[in-house]
Amino acid sequence: MTLKLGIFYFLAAFTVWASAVVVLGKNIVRSAVALIFGFCGMAALYVLLDAEFLAAVQVLIYVGGITILLLFAIMLTSRIGSTTARVVNDQVILSAIAAIGLLVGLIYASTSGIPAMSGPPRLPETAPFLGRALLTTYALPFEAVSVLLLAAMVGAIVLARKD
Amino acid sequence: MMIFATLVERFYAALAAWGIPWIVPTLVVMVIVVSVVLAYISVAAMFMIWWERKISAHIQVRYGPMRVGGWHGWAQSIADGIKLLLKEDLIPTGADKVVFVLAPMVVFGATVAAYVTIPWAPGLIVRDLNIGILYMVSISSLVVVGIIMAGWSSNNKYATLGALRSAAQAVSYEVPLVLSLLGPVMIAGTMSMGKLVEAQSGRWFGVLPGWFVFPQIVAFLTYFTCALAECNRLPFDIPEAESELVAGFHVEYSGMRFAMFFLAEYANMFVVSAIATTLFLGGWHGPWIPLPGLPREVAHGLFGLVWFQVKCYFLIFVMMWLRWTLARLRVDQLMGFAWKVLLPISFANLIVTGLVLILGKHALLYVGGIAILLLVAILLAARPAARTVRVGERT
Repeated sequence: MTLKLGIFYFLAAFTVWASAVVVLGKNIVRSAVALIFGFCGMAALYVLLDAEFLAAVQVLIYVGGITILLLFAIMLTSRIGSTTARVVNDQVILSAIAAIGLLVGLIYASTSGIPAMSGPPRLPETAPFLGRALLTTYALPFEAVSVLLLAAMVGAIVLARKD
Repeated sequence: MMIFATLVERFYAALAAWGIPWIVPTLVVMVIVVSVVLAYISVAAMFMIWWERKISAHIQVRYGPMRVGGWHGWAQSIADGIKLLLKEDLIPTGADKVVFVLAPMVVFGATVAAYVTIPWAPGLIVRDLNIGILYMVSISSLVVVGIIMAGWSSNNKYATLGALRSAAQAVSYEVPLVLSLLGPVMIAGTMSMGKLVEAQSGRWFGVLPGWFVFPQIVAFLTYFTCALAECNRLPFDIPEAESELVAGFHVEYSGMRFAMFFLAEYANMFVVSAIATTLFLGGWHGPWIPLPGLPREVAHGLFGLVWFQVKCYFLIFVMMWLRWTLARLRVDQLMGFAWKVLLPISFANLIVTGLVLILGKHALLYVGGIAILLLVAILLAARPAARTVRVGERT
């Protein structure tokens, strides 16, 4: 158990470090690369929670799909090497309040033990369970999310087409 | 090949008896397994490089390497490896050093990680994860990240263009690739590589072997096409098109860092062939006889090992054959092919597979269904392309 805890702290520190580089990095491509490491750290944390399916999907969708599209978009913009992104903008106070509020909420949740954050149910295989739940109990939210994605896609196409 | 599992168990038990904490034998076993896998990858990649040279030479009516080592230049790859090791390691002045150094490691590491769930023989698999095939696909998608890192950090126009093309290609071809893998997974009802092989042990109509390639021939062809694109092999090698981009994303790399990319490319070819073998060609299944003087299980395992290798290297041979036969596609053709042809076909295959699995014996219905879906797919694929936005038009 202590080994598992050690691995958890290592992964957590790694993920936090990568996320900090994402936010604080001056070079936007380096931030995107750090984002990849952050997502991989999250996937490893999912594995530690016995959610292998979620971990694999995290790597496949976020690293293999979204971050690559992000890098693609960054590289299409001109002079990527020389531009340095502004780390702090005008909304710094608002976002600081939001971040501190979230931190307080998370500390409260982990110290007082909100029921949803207690131990996960032990399942021998998560994939069939997830599939069944998504197509029976949670069919409506699942479909609503896909409609949302479709709307986003249509929006993107409308923006991209000039004629 | 259960013999390895029992050996490992005995090793654990022996060390536990001496009072050594379990972490020590675990680490020892891990190091041994990783060393074996790395040694296999290196030797296999060197063989494949030599083999590719011979195949290309024979297709072009030449001899290829003939001198190094004597028999048909078998030591050519070893000589090349030594040459690459001894070369100067250059990092361009304008390069982003951290990302430049990290990129080959990401590519090689992601490729090696995929070997964890390859079922070599009955019972011989590093770890039979219950999400095996999903794990392999997702870990292989990290290769593209390394390629983009390499292309961008080189601070070279050709390298950046190669990386851009690679990103577009990977994102497009990954969708039909995963969809085509779903067919066998739906039939077998599992994602574990070991169980997928076991599900193909029967026979179709009592004659054909129970490989999923027979009911899933469409998925197999789609997968193999997408796999070629994933490996950046011809006719999909536009990320490193020599005639346009010099060498694409790895143009600035030299010495051992270049060798890592080269090694990863061949190791990746083996990975995609192993996935195809496991899901479509019955994995380690094949005719076998009990060998005299050996336990039944060991003989079965040895035959399984050989069959798996034979099937994998046959697919690798096909990949090489295609490389030296076909011409390179244009960028717009490449993207159009993925989205307008492969994607509708793999969706149609998915729907037909699902219908057949649920309806069972109502054969007439699914023949009609297949016909309609194929028609839809063809109509979608053959729509006039005048109003579609082509990739590369606005860049």
